[in-house]
Amino acid sequence: MNFRKKLSVEVLNKVSDNKETILNTIYTKPQLYLLVLLRVIIGYHFLFEGINKLFSASWSSEGFLVQSNWIFSNLFKFIASSPTLLAVADFLNIWGQILIGLGLLVGLFSKYAAYAGALLLLLYYVAYPPFVEGYTFVDRNLLEFFGLLMIALFQTSQIIGLDGLISKIRSEKNG
Amino acid sequence: MADQENKNNNSEKKINRRDILKGLATTPILGVFAYDFYKKKALARLKDKAIHFNLGISNENPKPQEANKNNGELVRIGIVGVGGRGTALLKALGFVNKGWYDELYNKSKLFDKGAEHKLQTYYNQDMLNVQVVGVCDVFDMRAEKAINTVSKGMQPNGEQANTPGVKRYLRYQDMLANPEIDAIIVSVPDFHHAHVTIDAVNAGKHVYCEKALTLTEDQLHRVYAAVKKSGVVFQLGHQNSKNESFKKAKEIVDKNIIGKITLIEATTNRNTRPGAWYRDLDSNGNPKPGSTKTIDWDQWLGNTPKVPFSIDRYYGWARYFTYDTGLAGQLFSHEIDSINQIMGFGIPKSVTSSGGIYFYDKNTRDMPDTFQSVLEFPDRKFSVLYTAMLANSRSRGRVFMGHDGYMEVGGRLKVYPDRDSTQYKEQLKAGILKTNEPMFVYPKNKIDVDGITSASEKYYAERGLINTSVGGKNIDITHLHIKEWVDVIRNGGTTACNIDKAFQDTVSVLMVHRSYVEQRRVEWDPIKRRIV
Repeated sequence: MNFRKKLSVEVLNKVSDNKETILNTIYTKPQLYLLVLLRVIIGYHFLFEGINKLFSASWSSEGFLVQSNWIFSNLFKFIASSPTLLAVADFLNIWGQILIGLGLLVGLFSKYAAYAGALLLLLYYVAYPPFVEGYTFVDRNLLEFFGLLMIALFQTSQIIGLDGLISKIRSEKNG
Repeated sequence: MADQENKNNNSEKKINRRDILKGLATTPILGVFAYDFYKKKALARLKDKAIHFNLGISNENPKPQEANKNNGELVRIGIVGVGGRGTALLKALGFVNKGWYDELYNKSKLFDKGAEHKLQTYYNQDMLNVQVVGVCDVFDMRAEKAINTVSKGMQPNGEQANTPGVKRYLRYQDMLANPEIDAIIVSVPDFHHAHVTIDAVNAGKHVYCEKALTLTEDQLHRVYAAVKKSGVVFQLGHQNSKNESFKKAKEIVDKNIIGKITLIEATTNRNTRPGAWYRDLDSNGNPKPGSTKTIDWDQWLGNTPKVPFSIDRYYGWARYFTYDTGLAGQLFSHEIDSINQIMGFGIPKSVTSSGGIYFYDKNTRDMPDTFQSVLEFPDRKFSVLYTAMLANSRSRGRVFMGHDGYMEVGGRLKVYPDRDSTQYKEQLKAGILKTNEPMFVYPKNKIDVDGITSASEKYYAERGLINTSVGGKNIDITHLHIKEWVDVIRNGGTTACNIDKAFQDTVSVLMVHRSYVEQRRVEWDPIKRRIV
């Protein structure tokens, strides 16, 4: 079987049973640990940002939104201008970051958490891309975005994480 | 039973200890996270608690005063002198030339931000319910233009004025004789201030006089006596008192936020020919208008020595001590007014000035282009140092230096802590205050100087002499200053720069000037009320 294909999510999803075994045959130990580490530190970062916002009463995404400077700036500024939309944006940001962070950290619904995190980061990036200010196009958001795409495609939570445990509990019940 | 066995056999599907461990392998990191987050929060709380940092001062913009709907009786005004400053005063009263207005209006329709900003600042003015019914100027062109402005000019409500029959006077004495005129604005060159003001108050007219009030001490005493005797409403054109950041600066001094102040530095920083009062050419380099045919030169000279007409002298009179007190009267007067407002010191005990004409041709001026003056206030225990440069524009600000910090006061106010402050020692150590970061800024948002093009105008704006921000609105401070004068005429009260305050500021100006001219230290005798 083609190695690249083996890695692809589609194939993994088709093999409904025993993902762990398949993944274990793909990753070497150092690869696995490194991927887990990447997942954990990005998760940690999301969780920290989310919890920090939750605990600082004055935080609002308004300041960030009104600074939006690229082609979508009108949309972001529109959100900032509406109290209702702003409240929704604030809520989704805080709880989005917390849940994504938790998911990645403990390995629960990791794939979805990674995709959701990547989407959030993409929004942050297009709202305020660094190149508009005359800087290069690479920034922390962009790097973390690609990191999350990696995590989504190179899954590890089936081996190390709650996803693996849940799969086992399920198969035990079904079995 | 069979089922049971089946499951037992299928040991692969059974969850074992190892599976649980792998499943929960990263979960303990949550504990690390909790500790990390708690530590960060605890540290921040500790800092806040240990050093409760509150200056007890707000940098919120004041609310705009309710526009006075009932403006009472119409006040009829005559103006003497409608040059650059006179025109600015007409604008402050609510009259601008229609040509000027239309040009800005058309530009603003083409999204010219500068024009829009200038126009908006004008719209922000209150309607004062005044009419300018008399105009006096020795220059025909200026008088005609001013008449046009006050009779058919545009007002801050966007409507065109309609004041027919505005009279031009060739001699101000004739204007004073008109009983219909309630109040006079004096914006002639400085050497005419004293006699026009005295004649006006003797005629029972309220007076708004531009700075500097007089050229000599004798004139000052005579103006003071005349105003005191008459009881008219007097205001000197030190419009700075209306700048919100100066009010805030006073609050900061009163609340001891920068500690004991021992030195105040005021400066003038210019580097252009018009800024040094060579003003015979317009911005395109062409000679400005005016000749003996259109200017009553003899009247302009008054009782100063007869000299042949010179367009340079007409526009650049401030360079000569015959007509003016030089940098003291032109720019130091605004500085001392600002500082006096904040510190409330009155008159200095002694003054020493020095300097010279080191950049320009000394045959073309009396006014030094490099000038410094030290004013001592031993009773209050501080010095004021004024230094003026007309050949370098590096902005040196207006700075109040205290043991605990310093305060820079201009259009914007900034307060910085001092590295070796006693009051802020803990905050500096904890990193809550930093010596290179202002601990207080007012107003929070920068005051726009969009659309201000000329170097001199920019200079005035930086020094807080043009606009202030009230309720987030940009307002011309001269408007507020002249409005106060009109309000007091109608409703009674005191003007900010009344004759007593004007007397103090003018004594400082004259001390600074005389020390330079006589090349000696001069002192103020508070008993005889004389400079010695």
